Amino acid sequence: MKKLNLLFALAFLAALVVVPSFLKNYGIHIFTTWLVFIMATMGLNLTVGYAGQKSLGHAAFFGIGAYTVAVMLKAGFSFWLGLPVGASICFVVGLILGFPALRVQTIYLAFATLGFNTALWLVMRNEEWLTGGTFGINNIARPSLGGLSFDGNLAYYYLVLAFTLLLAVLLWGLLRSPWGKAFTALRDNPIRAESLGIDTRGYTLLSFAIGAAYAGIAGGLYASQVQFIDPALFTVGASIMMYLMVVVGGPGYFLGPVLGSAVGVVLPEWLRFAQAWYLFVFGAAVVLLMIWLPDGLLSIPDRLRARRASREASAARAAAAQSVAQGVKP
Amino acid sequence: MTHSHHQSRPDGAPVLKVTDMKKAYGAIQAVGGVSFEVRPGEIFGVIGPNGSGKTTLFNSMLGQITPDSGVIELNGENVTELGPLELNRKGVGRTFQTLQVFGKMTVRDNLIVAAQEHSGSMFSRMFAPSDSGLGAKADALIDQFHIRHVADKKAGELSYGQQKLVDIAMAFMSEPDLVLLDEPCAGVNPSLVGGISSLLKELNRSRGGSFVVIEHNMDFVMDLCHRIMVMVEGKVLAIGTPDEIRGNKQVLDAYLGS
Repeated sequence: MKKLNLLFALAFLAALVVVPSFLKNYGIHIFTTWLVFIMATMGLNLTVGYAGQKSLGHAAFFGIGAYTVAVMLKAGFSFWLGLPVGASICFVVGLILGFPALRVQTIYLAFATLGFNTALWLVMRNEEWLTGGTFGINNIARPSLGGLSFDGNLAYYYLVLAFTLLLAVLLWGLLRSPWGKAFTALRDNPIRAESLGIDTRGYTLLSFAIGAAYAGIAGGLYASQVQFIDPALFTVGASIMMYLMVVVGGPGYFLGPVLGSAVGVVLPEWLRFAQAWYLFVFGAAVVLLMIWLPDGLLSIPDRLRARRASREASAARAAAAQSVAQGVKP
Repeated sequence: MTHSHHQSRPDGAPVLKVTDMKKAYGAIQAVGGVSFEVRPGEIFGVIGPNGSGKTTLFNSMLGQITPDSGVIELNGENVTELGPLELNRKGVGRTFQTLQVFGKMTVRDNLIVAAQEHSGSMFSRMFAPSDSGLGAKADALIDQFHIRHVADKKAGELSYGQQKLVDIAMAFMSEPDLVLLDEPCAGVNPSLVGGISSLLKELNRSRGGSFVVIEHNMDFVMDLCHRIMVMVEGKVLAIGTPDEIRGNKQVLDAYLGS
């Protein structure tokens, strides 16, 4: 099983490297966008899926990252400075946004983060001197590194792929370290976690901060990818969409964001034939999915395993009952 | 004995000392001036009818609520104002009345997470080995609790009795000085009650901590505890050995007789 997983992962990775080189610009654009959203929702999956904090403000961090890179590029700074600065700002603001989570939970926390998103969107729209207001910022440059230019769409795709893999490896390392257990403990039973010496305050704040930094990096890369940003990209609606991607993929599953982002980014492209019906079909698909698979697409193997285990257990019980009835010691 | 909180205590001094603790909810005096001591290595039972203030007392000792007045000392240190997190780090483990295992983690991970935050800083654990170097300690408890065959199963998939054992084992992972057990027999199959009792005695012998046990099952308390405190209406009616409590006329009238 482990070997099969590894093979599958390698094949998937090979596909990510090879397939886009056969695609036209539009296909490359879709793939790049998919990766950007994988990064953003990996961060949200940490906050929501692993640490259990209901955040509906993730697009705000995506926006902070995008605007930081755009504004700094326009001011003549390097992309390679703008990206970490954007991520750092997101980390700090994420930490601050974590404080309400120490007081309120569930839907109330969702509303608090939603309010934050709206406030930030207003800043993006109204502070024209900084953000260009509703006109946004255009002609955002793409970076180069040494002699290597990422101006071309395919080259930029590979840059984004490298970042995605780096962030995925870091998150994997974090989640399999003691932090992963602490986050899960915090999500499943904060009172018990505290009684075991787990600093639930610290882990709550950091789940927001790290998740936000991921969105910041994704946002920064997105700004250079599309080369034009305006506030409409970072509304509450975008946050809800990201939340949906996490939920559809499977919150608390490491690869959930990969599938969830595919549903959010790639599926709409496939549904283009449906034109005006697209949103209806998409919405209906999500509703059905939530009814049958409330824990997301990646819960399917777990569900099958649980079903098999309960079948085996009931067969064992039946056999035991039969042997008792026949007077045989089980 | 790796933790600093094991070292500072002078021999014989009480591990836990509660002095004149009071807590009222509105007009109801839940606990009205309770004093007692728990000695090193002692299993101390708290019994009393419903509404006698056991749970309020317990919650105060665990930092869930702050008493209106009185002092709670742990190894001679005033801990009255501390919360559950600080108390645990100072060496207080606990179990809950209802099951509180982490259902989606394996039994082994449940035990590891129960002690991983007790050494080093949060940031020293970032990207640290998955078992925090606690694997051997977890294995020892797994064997002591006879749950080896389910060690790699998710805790949520176990039977109630097995989960109860995991729940209790978690409280012992960080080598606490004091373990507060809130109705360890609640909801447990009668055939397992004797097993839990002998397990707790064995843990007490081999690990040497002090236990405070709240329990309704009178046979269990009488069999397990070195001393027992009887509470009635928020006050201490009697403190004594099981034999003394059994022979106490007041206790019989107020509690056992009813």
